[in-house]
Amino acid sequence: MSDISSGRGRNGIWKRIDPAVATAFGCIVLLLLVGSLYSSNFLHLEYLLLQLKVASFLGVIATGAMLVILLGQIDLSAPWAITTGAMMSCAAAAYGPTGVALAIPFGILCGMAIGIVNGIGVAYLRIPAMIITLATNAVAQGLMVVYTGGFSPQDEATEAMRYIATGFLIPSVPNAVLVWIVVGAGAVFFLSRTTFGRAVYGIGNSERAAYLSGIDTRRILVLAFAVSGGLSALGGVLLAGYSSKAAQSMGDVYLLPAIAAVVLGGTSILGGRGSYLGTVAGVILITLLQSILSVMQIPEAGRQVIYGIVIVVMLLLYGRAPASR
Amino acid sequence: MKDWKYWLAEQRGTLLAFVTFIVMFAIYVSNHPAGFTANVVQTAANKGVLLAFVAMAQALVVITAGIDLSVGMIFILTNCLASWIVVGTPLETALGIVGVLLAGLACGAANGLIVIYGRLQPIVTTIATGAIYFGIALLLRPFPGGGVNEDLADFLTGKIWGVIPVSLIVLLVVILVVWVPFSRSVMGRTAYATGSSEAAAYMSAMPIRRAKFLTYTLAGLLAGIGGLFLTFFTYTGEAALASGNAYTLFSIAAVVLGGVSLYGGTGSAIGAVFGALTFRAIGDLLFVFDLDPLWQPLFQGVVLLIAVSLGAFGLLRVRNKLDWFA
Amino acid sequence: MHGANPLFRMEGVSKRYGGVRALDHAELTVHAGQIHGILGENGAGKSTLIKIMSGVVAPDEGRMTLDGKEVSFASPAAANDAGIACIFQELSLVPHLSVADNIVISNPPKRFGMIDRKKQRAIAEEALARAGAADIHPLALVRDLPLSRRQMVEIAKALARKPRILILDEATSALTAADVSKIFAVLKRLREEGLALLYISHRMHEIAELADVCTVFRNGSNVATYEAGTKSDNEVVELMIGREYTNVFPPKAPVAASDNPPVIECRRLSWADQLKDISFSVRAGEVVGLGGLDGQGQRDLLLALFGVLRGVGGEVLIEGKPVRIRGPRQAKGDEIGMALIPEDRKTEGLLLPMSVRDNLSFAALDRVARAGVIDRAAERSRIDEMIRLLAIKTAGTDIPAGALSGGNQQKIVIAKWLMNRPRIILLNDPTRGIDVGTKQEIYQLLRKLAADGAAIIFYSTDYDELIGCCDRVLVMYDGGIRRELAGDGITEHALIASALNVEEDSMAEAVGA
Repeated sequence: MSDISSGRGRNGIWKRIDPAVATAFGCIVLLLLVGSLYSSNFLHLEYLLLQLKVASFLGVIATGAMLVILLGQIDLSAPWAITTGAMMSCAAAAYGPTGVALAIPFGILCGMAIGIVNGIGVAYLRIPAMIITLATNAVAQGLMVVYTGGFSPQDEATEAMRYIATGFLIPSVPNAVLVWIVVGAGAVFFLSRTTFGRAVYGIGNSERAAYLSGIDTRRILVLAFAVSGGLSALGGVLLAGYSSKAAQSMGDVYLLPAIAAVVLGGTSILGGRGSYLGTVAGVILITLLQSILSVMQIPEAGRQVIYGIVIVVMLLLYGRAPASR
Repeated sequence: MKDWKYWLAEQRGTLLAFVTFIVMFAIYVSNHPAGFTANVVQTAANKGVLLAFVAMAQALVVITAGIDLSVGMIFILTNCLASWIVVGTPLETALGIVGVLLAGLACGAANGLIVIYGRLQPIVTTIATGAIYFGIALLLRPFPGGGVNEDLADFLTGKIWGVIPVSLIVLLVVILVVWVPFSRSVMGRTAYATGSSEAAAYMSAMPIRRAKFLTYTLAGLLAGIGGLFLTFFTYTGEAALASGNAYTLFSIAAVVLGGVSLYGGTGSAIGAVFGALTFRAIGDLLFVFDLDPLWQPLFQGVVLLIAVSLGAFGLLRVRNKLDWFA
Repeated sequence: MHGANPLFRMEGVSKRYGGVRALDHAELTVHAGQIHGILGENGAGKSTLIKIMSGVVAPDEGRMTLDGKEVSFASPAAANDAGIACIFQELSLVPHLSVADNIVISNPPKRFGMIDRKKQRAIAEEALARAGAADIHPLALVRDLPLSRRQMVEIAKALARKPRILILDEATSALTAADVSKIFAVLKRLREEGLALLYISHRMHEIAELADVCTVFRNGSNVATYEAGTKSDNEVVELMIGREYTNVFPPKAPVAASDNPPVIECRRLSWADQLKDISFSVRAGEVVGLGGLDGQGQRDLLLALFGVLRGVGGEVLIEGKPVRIRGPRQAKGDEIGMALIPEDRKTEGLLLPMSVRDNLSFAALDRVARAGVIDRAAERSRIDEMIRLLAIKTAGTDIPAGALSGGNQQKIVIAKWLMNRPRIILLNDPTRGIDVGTKQEIYQLLRKLAADGAAIIFYSTDYDELIGCCDRVLVMYDGGIRRELAGDGITEHALIASALNVEEDSMAEAVGA
């Protein structure tokens, strides 16, 4: 009994695949099939690449959401972290060549600032994450309203922002997808190979045990929230580059999809369990769903209803907590 | 210790909320150009009561250590519904009111069913159902419009004997009819017990699931009453996403200001009502001091941020760091 | 007594959890007016037995009869209604409710559909009095009561249900000696009243004092039932573990340790009202026990040393140098080299859903990583070393720690700290609730670590352990060190006398009287 199968390591990824992740991929295939019945475009490479590009905005944002959810926390400040990232990077562009050059990092930095406030609130002030992130969301919104006077800002996205969102470094692969791949690869590396990743999973399972094991839990929390805010802002930068400018409330539509993507991908909302592969599946699933709803030309109201129902139903299928008895 | 000391300890949150409200309202009124008049009180009451209903809704769920991020959307949905059906003859109006309340009840029950019997996390569930409720609201009222029985609306938003705002009386009646029996029933105690320690409540064979379901359902009802009152104030229905989100957010602020622990198990809906009135009074200080309305969202956000940070002072008293993770 | 019809009978009851057979065709017969002791190692099936009797889990097969009629309990409520009340090992009180609310929690008195608070209070006062705890105010919130008082409330709560069968599962583990004797008096009175009591305890002397009949469980089935007093402790232990039970404690090292300079020294340590003016030192190679009644500041002392408490007064010196330890992160560093085996392995020691590997390396991540990136080869070799050293039984390092038995889980908690090669090891009641075999291995490990030069501070609620394991014992009382015992001076008599803060002579008188 006491001998250890130490040679196994983590390479048996297919053997250990989470049923939730498998289900999510199954649903993706199903959606594609359903879509192809509706329009033959659905299985075309261009359409799929376009979907992947749209998915990459959500993918970047969901990466941050996942990190925080793995800690057993939640980041509801994403909507205005996204908008702040978009608006501030556009705003920086108005300050000459230096501003243009620093537009992207500045936008991300603003998002990280929101995240750091969240992190300090959660880690040092012990405020429930849901509450402090709602509060910082409200503050970020207030700041942006004051800054823009309540109108859509007139500043435009820089060339670089447009390039990373819509350009093609590799022919026919949109740059936004590359950004997502880089972010995703980073997430996978940090979660599985570093002490930071172990600490994240550990804190998600039991913060008390992690603290008593000598983990600097507060630093990890602040760091994770900062990264989450920064990634939301990066998502905002990409979105601003995509549509050439920032807009009020542009981030509002990303909160539910980002959290849903993470949870549908099998990450436990209680923290401590989940894989990035699942989040990728969840993001693609949500994006395809949105695409099908818009292809079917269902009005906004109907889309909201269907969207909400689908998420609830999918969660009911495999996102449930275990029965208590 | 004497009995009353134990009682004080138990009601500390609610009492603190009451005192805070008195202080804030005093500042508000003393700086108001019109001073402490019946009209000022009436306006303040009408605005405060709307949030008070939604905050009570939130408090019920929060006591069980749950959360309902769809209360704002139920509020908006019932507003849109009321702008269709709370019209016409007194009988039609009455039936309409019943219909609106039932709709609120149904939304809350749906949340409860999914969270409790579907075993899903309340945060994600209620964000998703909130999207559904908002979608339905938008279907009902793609554009702002509709109407309401104006006689009734004027009465309910007016004053009785020229002094007391009717909306406050309605609020009091709702507290007496919904909250007081609930809090003194087995279901209410189960709700508190579940929020305090679900494992212990289960071991004690308490009806946890029924109690939780009841809190979500009553939360829907209370948010529905709020939506109904919104219609009485505005005479129209409007599917405003921003307003729905704001009310959800403010309901949480009110609950916090009202001394209801977000970890569940303590506080009361009455505290949340005072929290709501306090939040409104603070928000209105901006107008009293004649600042640009553009600053209001920021101001409210900062108030919320400060309110939730105040609890951190308790951390200074924590001498065992493990208590941070309780 | 055996002629009477049994009150309750369980036949052929089995329960499986996944692949593990927790209960295997168990039989149990309970008579009214008897105290029935249940003995067995952890994992022997006692907890499952109780959970089935009290309706918390449903059996896979078998039948239960109450008064000769077949019964099955769909829920704890159903068992309650049938007259079976259980006091669980984990407290089942609701912290934010009052004592009275808790006592009537499953069946509050009602008037007009609402809870009748006046009547509720009367019931609570009566139940508290019956449980010998009339000093507890019914309106006090449970979270404001200390652990031992809560346990009294728990008993009052069970009594308020007017049960016919009362099950006590390790009910005294959190109680002070004074409370235990009160509880025993209450239990004996209940026996006179005709109740059937099931008493589960790891403390053999408690069973010996209370029980009329005993049943021993092993591997999910009952292996023996005998009249109390007909078997010696040794025979009983053999029944429990199914093998010869000899030499529990390893030999102590010769007194050579006293030549070493102290590794850790405390001077006038104080914290809030819980720790008062504590000074002592521990040398390399020494095992120093913390004794005394439970809750006299022993846990706080360990936490204070580990930097978990804030506002600690006094001085701590590590190898003669004064240090200020601000938290576990600093404490485990090379400068100090401290480890704390925490009290509750499930919430403080382990990350149950995470793998054995992740758990073992969790406190030593910095030592198996370079620039924050984990060196998997180094991690694996250290983990393998630990698994061998502690003989941890696991089907692999990828399985969740929660899937292991309690004893192996505790070994992982210890092993994860040994990964850091600490020179000061603090243990907070490390053998609580684990089986005899593992306990023995832990004793041997402690000795070995001490022999290798570690300084060990060992808090235990079990006097035998302190006597058998420690070179010195600091007996604590009310937050201070009441007495220091050493060598042959560590006797049960001395431990108890100083724990109760009485002179040994007056103790003898008290016992005699």
